[in-house]
Amino acid sequence: MTDPTPTQISPIAALQDREPSKPPRSQWRDVWDQFKHHKGAMLGGGFLLFVTLAVLFGDLIWQIDPKKLDIRNKDIRPIFNAIWDSGAKVSWSHPLGTDNLGRDHLAQIIAGGRASMAVGWAAMLLTMLIGTSIGVMAGFFKRLDGPLMRFTDLVLSLPILPLMLVAVTLFRQPLRASFGPETGMFILIVGVIGVTSWMQTARIVRGDILAIKEREFVLAARASGTTARGIIFRHLLPNVLSPIMVSATLGLATAIITESALSFLGVGFPSDFPTWGKMLADAVPRMQEFPERVMLPGIMISLTVLSVNYLGDGLRDALDPRIRGR
Amino acid sequence: MLTFTIRRLVLAIPTLLIISLVIFLLLQMAPGDPMAQVPLTVPPEVKEKMREALGLGQPLHVQFWKWLVQVFWIEPKVFIDFLTRDSWLLGWLPDTSLYQGELRVISWQTRSPVMDIVVQRLPQTLWVVGMSYIVGILIAIPIGIYSAYRQYSVFDQAGTFVTMIGFSIPPFFTGPLLIVIFSVQLGWFPFIYDTTHVVNDWDSFVYQLKQMIMPVMVLALQTTAQISRFMRASVLDNLNQDYVRTARAKGLSEAVVVMIHVLRNSMIPVITVIALGVPGIFGGAIITEVVFSVNGIGQLLITALFANDLPMVQTLTFMFAVLIVLFNLIADILYGVLDPRIRYD
Repeated sequence: MTDPTPTQISPIAALQDREPSKPPRSQWRDVWDQFKHHKGAMLGGGFLLFVTLAVLFGDLIWQIDPKKLDIRNKDIRPIFNAIWDSGAKVSWSHPLGTDNLGRDHLAQIIAGGRASMAVGWAAMLLTMLIGTSIGVMAGFFKRLDGPLMRFTDLVLSLPILPLMLVAVTLFRQPLRASFGPETGMFILIVGVIGVTSWMQTARIVRGDILAIKEREFVLAARASGTTARGIIFRHLLPNVLSPIMVSATLGLATAIITESALSFLGVGFPSDFPTWGKMLADAVPRMQEFPERVMLPGIMISLTVLSVNYLGDGLRDALDPRIRGR
Repeated sequence: MLTFTIRRLVLAIPTLLIISLVIFLLLQMAPGDPMAQVPLTVPPEVKEKMREALGLGQPLHVQFWKWLVQVFWIEPKVFIDFLTRDSWLLGWLPDTSLYQGELRVISWQTRSPVMDIVVQRLPQTLWVVGMSYIVGILIAIPIGIYSAYRQYSVFDQAGTFVTMIGFSIPPFFTGPLLIVIFSVQLGWFPFIYDTTHVVNDWDSFVYQLKQMIMPVMVLALQTTAQISRFMRASVLDNLNQDYVRTARAKGLSEAVVVMIHVLRNSMIPVITVIALGVPGIFGGAIITEVVFSVNGIGQLLITALFANDLPMVQTLTFMFAVLIVLFNLIADILYGVLDPRIRYD
């Protein structure tokens, strides 16, 4: 046997592996590319980032204490009033004016935004935590499905806003006594919003889990001996991340509005602790003389919520693989 | 369909019972004392007697049971008596006089039956809220149809933007905003809703219209935002269907295709959304009523809450819950009735 001379086999052109023209792309890169095309979402995301940074670090730049009373400089109008009313009482040291006790409005907006955003983010995280865990449990464990979904239906048929008002007025005193007026109120409002707004998330997550649970990759994971815990955390949760993110943006918007509504109705934070809703509510009685005190916090709430909503819209488009790439 | 309706109705009873129990237990934890306003000179044993007179001395289950009996047994009797005695609808029937002077649900604030106060307040809420809902729907449906028909046009983009604004601006901001613009700057509309106003001639009718415009618009903005979104999505779904192509191929005009074929089919999900939104608008109306001082149900709830008037809060919250359960049921049934493809059995 002579060694066969190794002939150079030249593969047929059709079977040739062409080099991939570009490196593989991760899912998140695709999402980002789609997201970039949504102008509203980009603007919204940018504004949300700006507001978050402004309320976090704004007091390093604008160093007036929002609670400092300066009764000599009370009722200063915002600086832009001088454009149409040359006799208006304006001052560059208080660009957005002061209120009836001489507290600086810009500093209050920054401090109030910090409270509103903190409540919004915390309540949103709590909502997502409750909603996702209930949704996952109901979707994954067949025995829990019935009771948990009946429970969800029951909570959905509770009148939320009246019950929220009841709960806040009832638990205000004990929580404020044990955690101090501001922390107690923060815990209470975040808790109340979280407990009353997780239902939609739970339903969406359950539906998706039910569908994904039957797919082959979960079967494969189960066959290779992955525990229920492993399947949930490694295989199911990453796959339901996109609906969770979309409902998270909705949750953030609702939480900000709910906190402001509670403050507006007078059951929110204590009166010397500014939040946007509180500032708006305090300004309403003197709306005729000082309309800007209603407008500024109102515009801040509305713009923030609007940008969060646009962000959610863009995220929904970007995370949906059927729409992506079109 | 009938079995489905009956099953849902039967299921609604335990749901409502559990909800009322939840509300009751929540209120029982209230730290407030209804005797807080009583002067300090009143001796404690008298105070104890007053407390018992309010029904507070009894154990919890007795209190809950009595409330249930009052709401589900005595109040309907009063209502039937009212129907057969005073209403024009059934007034020709002989007076039933079922109500024999039993204790009704009594408000702690006014010491009068809660239901009487609710009946006084109901017309204001129904006028403002009901009108705003109808106005909102009437605006939303044409917007939804047109922006779906011309998808991605300027009108559609503008509609989407307005919808987003409607979602994002809360009523406690739109309310003061409208007041600043239209009452303070322009002076067109009054900013307090005058409930004692009686409509008896043209001028008073115009005044009534003027005072209703702002609260109605605030509420209608939110309704419009939601419903036009649904309408747009629903029409978009239907425009790509085969039957639309068939209708066009038959040579029907665009107006007939859109306004008859597509509209009828795309109204099905929208009508259920409209039904589901009715209780929500009552809840949302609380803020609007506070802003415009409409003394309706929402304002009644707020004042009762601040005054620690537990029977009033309990009954009102329960009524909101009944509305939610009822309209969920109506939405489900409507869906089955309107869409023959849906079968519940």
